Amino acid sequence: MTSATHSTTISRLTAIAANTFREAVRDRVLYNLIVFALVLVGAAVLFGQISIGIEKIVLINLGLTAISLFGILIAIFIGIGLVSKEIDKRTLYTVLSRPVRRWEFIVGKFLGLSGTLVVNTSLMALGFFAALFYVTHGFSAQDVSLLAALYFIVLQFVLMTALALLFSSFSTPIESSVLAFAFFVIGSFAEELRSFAAMVTGVTRWASAAVAYIVPNFAALNVISPVAHGEAVSGRLLLFNTIYTLLYAAAAISGAVLIFDRRDLK
Amino acid sequence: MNAIETEALEKRYRVGFWRARPRIALRPLTLAVRQGEVFGYLGPNGAGKTTTLKLLMGLVCPTAGRARILGLPHDSPAVKARIGFLPEQPYFYDYLTATELLIYYAQLSGIPAGERADRARRMIERVGLAHAARLQLRKFSKGMLQRVGIAQAILHDPGVVFLDEPMSGLDPIGRREVRDIIQDLKDEGKTVFFSTHILSDAEALCDRVAILHKGELRGVGAVSELTAGVKGRVEVLYRGAAATASLQALGAQTHVTGETARAVLPEDELDAAIDALRRSGARLIAVTPVRTTLEDYFVAQLASSPSTAPTKVEARR
Amino acid sequence: MTSRRATVVFLVLLVGSMTGAVATVRALDRLRLSATDEELYIPSAPVLRRLSLGYTGLMADLYWTRAVQYFGSRHHERAAHYPLLSPLLDITTQLDPRLMIAYEFGSIFLAQQPPEGAGQPEKAIELVRRGIQTNPGAWRLYYHLGYIQALELHDYSAAAHTFEQGSRLPGAQPWMKIMAAILAQHASERDLARLLWGKIYESTEDASIRRNAAQHLRALQVDDDVQRLEKIIDDFRSRFGRPLANWNELVATGFLRRIPTDPLGKPYRLAPDGHVYVQSPQDLPFIKYGRPPQMGPGNIPSPPLSLPGD
Repeated sequence: MTSATHSTTISRLTAIAANTFREAVRDRVLYNLIVFALVLVGAAVLFGQISIGIEKIVLINLGLTAISLFGILIAIFIGIGLVSKEIDKRTLYTVLSRPVRRWEFIVGKFLGLSGTLVVNTSLMALGFFAALFYVTHGFSAQDVSLLAALYFIVLQFVLMTALALLFSSFSTPIESSVLAFAFFVIGSFAEELRSFAAMVTGVTRWASAAVAYIVPNFAALNVISPVAHGEAVSGRLLLFNTIYTLLYAAAAISGAVLIFDRRDLK
Repeated sequence: MNAIETEALEKRYRVGFWRARPRIALRPLTLAVRQGEVFGYLGPNGAGKTTTLKLLMGLVCPTAGRARILGLPHDSPAVKARIGFLPEQPYFYDYLTATELLIYYAQLSGIPAGERADRARRMIERVGLAHAARLQLRKFSKGMLQRVGIAQAILHDPGVVFLDEPMSGLDPIGRREVRDIIQDLKDEGKTVFFSTHILSDAEALCDRVAILHKGELRGVGAVSELTAGVKGRVEVLYRGAAATASLQALGAQTHVTGETARAVLPEDELDAAIDALRRSGARLIAVTPVRTTLEDYFVAQLASSPSTAPTKVEARR
Repeated sequence: MTSRRATVVFLVLLVGSMTGAVATVRALDRLRLSATDEELYIPSAPVLRRLSLGYTGLMADLYWTRAVQYFGSRHHERAAHYPLLSPLLDITTQLDPRLMIAYEFGSIFLAQQPPEGAGQPEKAIELVRRGIQTNPGAWRLYYHLGYIQALELHDYSAAAHTFEQGSRLPGAQPWMKIMAAILAQHASERDLARLLWGKIYESTEDASIRRNAAQHLRALQVDDDVQRLEKIIDDFRSRFGRPLANWNELVATGFLRRIPTDPLGKPYRLAPDGHVYVQSPQDLPFIKYGRPPQMGPGNIPSPPLSLPGD
């Protein structure tokens, strides 16, 4: 009576991730990258007026900061809708009535959006390197550290995506975006918050320490200034940041799965 | 083995700001649907039909009771591979084309890569959307979306198909096509469980129906058995408007056109009606029995107060 | 709706990953603090002021936290330079000129010699003077300024003048006047130091500053003890014609009541040549006398065995 069909976790994850990617690409939000590339090239032309040396530093600072901020915005705005939009529009019904586990749905969405951001960043990076080449008329060996800075920026996106997905699994888009921005801002100052926690005692100490560890550790992923001055990025920093991002994202995604598993869909 | 079996399946929601007041969306439901049946799940809007379907699909968790599909727990992944679902007023990823959507669903359902495109194409043709296969879904009309919905529900050749209001949004031609598809599915040996509030569709298609009202099951059985219990009515055609008032007093619904009038009244009152006509000097033209429809049964059921034991026309096996 | 197994798996994953993440963060913090790069690429205060979009107070607190963290971690490693302390405190006080604790911290830890401070008393003075400019009514700042002038620059007349000025402000405590008078009378430096550090110890609210003041007071005690003990040993040798063998002899002969101990409770050491040393000089920074020979703190060359008296 029924034909024998058997899908595997991998194929389902791939399908959902690819579909998420396709959705993001067909969403006009991503066409910022063209705008970005043009703005950057224009800015680079303007910098030709200033003396050499500073213009490279300013270009790197400006370019990498812009890539970072654009990407965080995309991660938040697309991420917070990933689950809530599907629940609201009920596109989820026909997906979950198939042999797709709820956790596969969440993880697939995560992989899809992360992949989108990697592609987006790569394209913006091309524009960035093009502008850099135009300004400095050649690359030096130190510019390898720029790749490390871009890698850390991608790690920031992965963290933000995982968090946005977590928030999306239980709250409305508005609540989620507020939470996401709050985590981003506080996460940028997490190091100072931990120092502050070490300086005080009592309830304040535990409360600030708790917050300082729960928010993502963004400061360690920002090496834009040192890289602009031609500094190398240490191998240990690369390793620790990678491990941290994987662990933190795993925790956030697990939280999203646990919440989503229990949710009655309207 | 039954296709679908529920055992005291219940769903309560807690509403209100502090989640204090419980709302019972579905009272304990015990139902069995045989394999190969076309089963109609009827009830007015808000009766709990969609809630039942969402429970069976695992989209919401029951607060009590269990369900089995094809002998397995209803939310097990093995079951999901063998069922198809069309939700009410479906909405699909509007940035995809119909073909892309079906290929995506095919992948999720585990259809091998080589077969997906072909299967998608065949389904699109079967539901009459071949002309719009490459169109983005955001440009589809409601009726077209409904057909896509049916296509994705039967794409992977499931044994049991669940349809929530499959005729909604369709014009008469579309509705006829859907009825044909359901009949085809039955001929292929599949079980079809569909909910609707349009009784005439159910009458035409279903082997058995269940009636749901305010979350409670009010009757299960074949249409003919259910309507047999309802008192019949007759239609009396006569000439002479003077008699109309006295007929109305007997509980008739009358419709006057010129000199001719039509009255529909319970068959018990037929003798009294003929007397009334004779007394007023009206001329009797014809007396015809009116077929009891499911709607009559429906209205009769809903009029009576809710009871905990639903009327079961069919004896339990 | 979901299998128990899946729930357990993800719960374990959640707890495990978060624990791992916290551990990694701690490793990252240590890594970032031990970075040897000296350039901080701090933008200037006016730029920061604009960047903080009006939340200058919060930004100031942030930089204050960084300043304390910077000093604390380097101090822990007994650093010889603290090049970023002055810029960080400058930024902090430019963003929030009323942040008194920053001036107090800077007046002590910028002025002291490494490894206990940055060894930049001129910068400390600049910082406090700027604070006085923007906070004309803050008499305490005069106190911090006077402290630097007296104890680090040994400019007693300038210090006396500073204390005098400060004592005239409304709310100033009476001892400011007393300080001014004592300074004008060229009292011994050790007494001055004891007075000033005693005041700081009493009045500060910051734990690290209080700890630092306690260390100074202990050091002064040691200096007193060592000089006193060495004089007694000398007297002993004159009286008995031979060098002192051990402390018990002094107790037996009535010079002392019991074995002398340093402020940390450890007995002083008696050297054959009649000098007195502390047992653990690393626990008693700031001492001028009583350091064992060939012992110098960090990068600073060891002082000569005998120091000129006050």
